[in-house]
Amino acid sequence: MEDFIYFFTFQDPSIVWVVLGITLLGIGSAYVGTFSFLDKKALLGDAISHAVLPGICLGFMLAGEKNPVYIVTGAFVSGGVATFLSSWLKRNTKLSEDTIIATILSVFFGFGIVLLTSLQKSGNPEIAGLNSFIFGNAIGISESDLMLYGGLSLVIIIVLTLMLKEFRLMVFDPEYGKAIGFPMKAISFLFNVLMILAVVIGIQAIGVVLMAALLITPGAAARFWTDQLNPLLILAAVFSVLSGILGTYVSFVLPQMPTGPWVVVFLSMFALISFLISPKSGIISRYFSRKKYLRKTHRDHLMKALYKAKEGGKNGLPIEEIYELYPYQKAETNKSIKYLYRSKYIVKNQAIICLTEKGISDAMRIVRLHRLWELYLNESMNIAPDHVHDSAEQLEHLITPELEALLEKRLNYPTLDPHQETIPRENHDLR
Amino acid sequence: MTFDSNAFLIIFTGSLIAISCGFLGVFMMLRKMSMTGDAISHAVLPGIVIGYFVSGSQRSLEVIIGAGLLGILATLMIDWLRKKARVQLDASIGITFTLLFAIGIILINLLAYKVDLDQECVLYGEIAYLPIDSWITKSGLNLGPRITWLAGLNFFFVIGFIYLLFKELVLTSFDENFSSVMGIPSKGVNLALMSIVSYTTVSSFESVGAILVVALLVVPPATAFLWTKSLIPLLKLTAAIGISISVLGYYLAYWIDSSIAGMMVTVAGAFFGISVLIHGKKPAWFRGTSPANQPFGV
Repeated sequence: MEDFIYFFTFQDPSIVWVVLGITLLGIGSAYVGTFSFLDKKALLGDAISHAVLPGICLGFMLAGEKNPVYIVTGAFVSGGVATFLSSWLKRNTKLSEDTIIATILSVFFGFGIVLLTSLQKSGNPEIAGLNSFIFGNAIGISESDLMLYGGLSLVIIIVLTLMLKEFRLMVFDPEYGKAIGFPMKAISFLFNVLMILAVVIGIQAIGVVLMAALLITPGAAARFWTDQLNPLLILAAVFSVLSGILGTYVSFVLPQMPTGPWVVVFLSMFALISFLISPKSGIISRYFSRKKYLRKTHRDHLMKALYKAKEGGKNGLPIEEIYELYPYQKAETNKSIKYLYRSKYIVKNQAIICLTEKGISDAMRIVRLHRLWELYLNESMNIAPDHVHDSAEQLEHLITPELEALLEKRLNYPTLDPHQETIPRENHDLR
Repeated sequence: MTFDSNAFLIIFTGSLIAISCGFLGVFMMLRKMSMTGDAISHAVLPGIVIGYFVSGSQRSLEVIIGAGLLGILATLMIDWLRKKARVQLDASIGITFTLLFAIGIILINLLAYKVDLDQECVLYGEIAYLPIDSWITKSGLNLGPRITWLAGLNFFFVIGFIYLLFKELVLTSFDENFSSVMGIPSKGVNLALMSIVSYTTVSSFESVGAILVVALLVVPPATAFLWTKSLIPLLKLTAAIGISISVLGYYLAYWIDSSIAGMMVTVAGAFFGISVLIHGKKPAWFRGTSPANQPFGV
């Protein structure tokens, strides 16, 4: 607890620096990553983050020490080469995109390992610092490094914010953008530059392998909460910053723990929670709305059966006969009956269940929609009468009153369906 | 040049691993699952760590079982994210492997004092030490390097798997709907392929490392695919590429004194680059003037 207060009251200036750095970095990569996620290029970030390794090693070789400017430049160049190659290969070979990305990723990384091993065998004592690029170490970043990386992140954030309109066009409708005179090629080039920059900065804190998470996961998680771009970007940035700070906190409290993996674990938690509980497209809410819909269709079918019994001259159906209609669904059927009974659609008349006035009017509507749709399929789509039932069984729950009016008009208020059964209307009298 | 038994052993083991990975990689590529292979090779890490922790040894059955389970778990998780949570495929791959890999690294750090498992060793592996690490039976009989035995066993598993399930693999790779009409459980075949990929990853990670396994899974098949389109030549060419990258990779690495596995991948990358230059579409200036099939530039 003391650690918690010490960390989050920001008494220690070095903590302030680290948190500030990881905040800027998180926002930058979440912004870039969300755009690339929407552009369906999420794994390109993964390829770039593996591909910067040879550049880092070459930068180190040229500088002879861990000079951030050389290393960032080297990483940037090799990331750029990888990005260019991936789009060039896509245009010039028949290989599929995922094969190309996996090829580039592994070949660049393999070459990086060759360089790294040579460096390690050269015995330069500064080499130990290079490992932090592979696993990331946010706590270990020095203040002068932070100035450089934080500044670059700030540049990414500012450029993305100022050119939001252009990047929006690039992601959603590049053809339209081209048509109204935007230089789309230059825009996507600029975007690639920003993405490589974000990766190059990000691997300092989170490492080569896990950088993909910082790009992909915030956007994917935020996508479950909103359909609009601006809230999406803000939410992704919030997820990313929160996990960044939490991850840094863990590696502050437990110094043997690396920062990167914890940031990724927190990010993934946010994502998985979003997948489960998001009100619109979360798994849980989709499960319940599906369940609700299935119950409604079951009730509709039950009322239809009762209505048909009435058409056949019977007053209602005994409960056993209803059970037989839906074999192995006794519990479900009981639930439906209870619900219909409570909302006064049906009454029980000596073990026989029959519709009330209200029930008849509702059941009549369902039967009418069913038969109207059957007739429509038969007349307008030329589908044989014995093939129309299944489709009508689905659509009868979905047709809105507006659509019903349209169908009636189109079919000229018919009286009989393809099976020569009456299409019931409100004033229709049951024989 | 004199016969160097160590060099031969390393090249032989490297070829075995490269061929097994390449054969599996051909089917992964045909199923457009190359990145899933990448994801699996990262995702087996927690399984390896847990297996290692439980058994206390890197060579135990527990490690292989743990990694196999994690590989299947990763496949299922990608599938679940894509189908149930409706996340787009590339993002579900990215989320799955980063999470599992992160958990793996955390476990290594958590158990660091109990487990002598170097994260760098897991990531890059080192095939050069292979001749030292011999498999000696209790009676003191030296049977040769352990990793070579492991790679050989894995090689026969992969060959057996592909030989036995060849028809199923081909059908499910090319026409999943037709294969399910034929009564082939395409999901089961898929899971079997994924588990053998994870098993291959585990048995190779000591020698080539978790990330370079991906290269062996992807690059030789991709290179071969640029030369041929039919399946059997594709497999043969993949095997040939696997052997040549082991030979060249070993000698080049020996020459500049660097990582053999890394050099194998670099050579594979060079092969790939040359194949692209030969077989890719040529740029306009290279083809010379083409007949004007679009008069007036319309």
